[in-house]
Amino acid sequence: MSIKTDYKRVAGLGSAKDGTHHWWTQRLSSIALIPLTLLFVFTFGAHLGEGYEAVRAAYANPWNAVVAILFLIVGFHHLMQGLQVVIEDYVHGKAGVVLLILNTLLCWGFAIAGVFAVAKIAFGA
Amino acid sequence: MVELTLPKNSKIRTGKTWPKPEGATNTRTFHIYRWNPDDTENPRVDTYHVDMDTCGPMVLDALIKIKNEIDPTLTFRRSCREGICGSCAMNIDGHNTLACTWGMDDIKGDVKIYPLPHMPVVKDLIPDLTHFYAQHAAIMPWLETKTNQPQKEWRQSVEDREKLDGLYECVMCACCSTSCPSYWWNGDRYLGPAALLHAYRWIIDSRDEATGERLDDLEDPFKLYRCHTIMNCAKTCPKGLNPARAIAEIKKKMVERTL
Repeated sequence: MSIKTDYKRVAGLGSAKDGTHHWWTQRLSSIALIPLTLLFVFTFGAHLGEGYEAVRAAYANPWNAVVAILFLIVGFHHLMQGLQVVIEDYVHGKAGVVLLILNTLLCWGFAIAGVFAVAKIAFGA
Repeated sequence: MVELTLPKNSKIRTGKTWPKPEGATNTRTFHIYRWNPDDTENPRVDTYHVDMDTCGPMVLDALIKIKNEIDPTLTFRRSCREGICGSCAMNIDGHNTLACTWGMDDIKGDVKIYPLPHMPVVKDLIPDLTHFYAQHAAIMPWLETKTNQPQKEWRQSVEDREKLDGLYECVMCACCSTSCPSYWWNGDRYLGPAALLHAYRWIIDSRDEATGERLDDLEDPFKLYRCHTIMNCAKTCPKGLNPARAIAEIKKKMVERTL
């Protein structure tokens, strides 16, 4: 039981002075993903079904490798920001905090693993 | 937090069917949400039949007729009966709107009337708007100035005054905020479309000198950024305003001052 005025309840802990950067980068990454997704689909799709050596040769080309890496980083960053909003919307309290941390770890983990994989192919073993 | 079902004590049951008016040939059926805080019963939906030959054209006319002639315990807010006070906001035929300006000829079949969604109910069609009003108060809905008070009025050009059109007309009926899923799940922290439209009304007022402080207060993942441009607010507004646009303009101002 806690007796608070209505104004106190609304004011809460005040403004977090945060959110604009998140909102703006999510818009920018969504715009960037339009060309990046197309480029990735076409550069990757062109080598579907080809043998190991042919794909390695294709990704030794810096253009293909950079497109793939940019797509992975921007894509996973956009995914992380999007999922963060969904979690904040629907899950509150401790469960929400746990999911937010998991979201950050998994999205960065997948992005870095992807970048490493592309680099390994590009530079050869 | 998201809620997919009503709490146990809020589950709606079928209520009483009131007798048809004697001698009436042109009747219309109304299903109306009822809940009385003075008993321990769950909410129920009562059915009324109204003689349309002796009833005005608006939903509010029918509600008043029911209260006068059939069931005086039916409880709802109303005042101006012409869409300027915002008192009779309720959910009619699935729309949040004002009973006084929603014509019954726009409704197909039976008329279903519920209180505004996802708000605590005081009684029948009356929601508790205490928190909603406090959110309005929190955005400082008044002119804030630092310059010394001028001898006459604070001057404003015709063009600057025109920027307030589409904002000042808001009557605080709460139709928009209570139609917003983000407000349903996070209404404790999210200010909601109505309060944010009012915030924007003062942010773009050329006479107001607290623009920066107003933006500071709103810059928050929950207070402002829970708006995901769902646009229910603009669709439902009985005054034809567009709170979603006002919120988008606030977000643009937030970015503008960082670039």
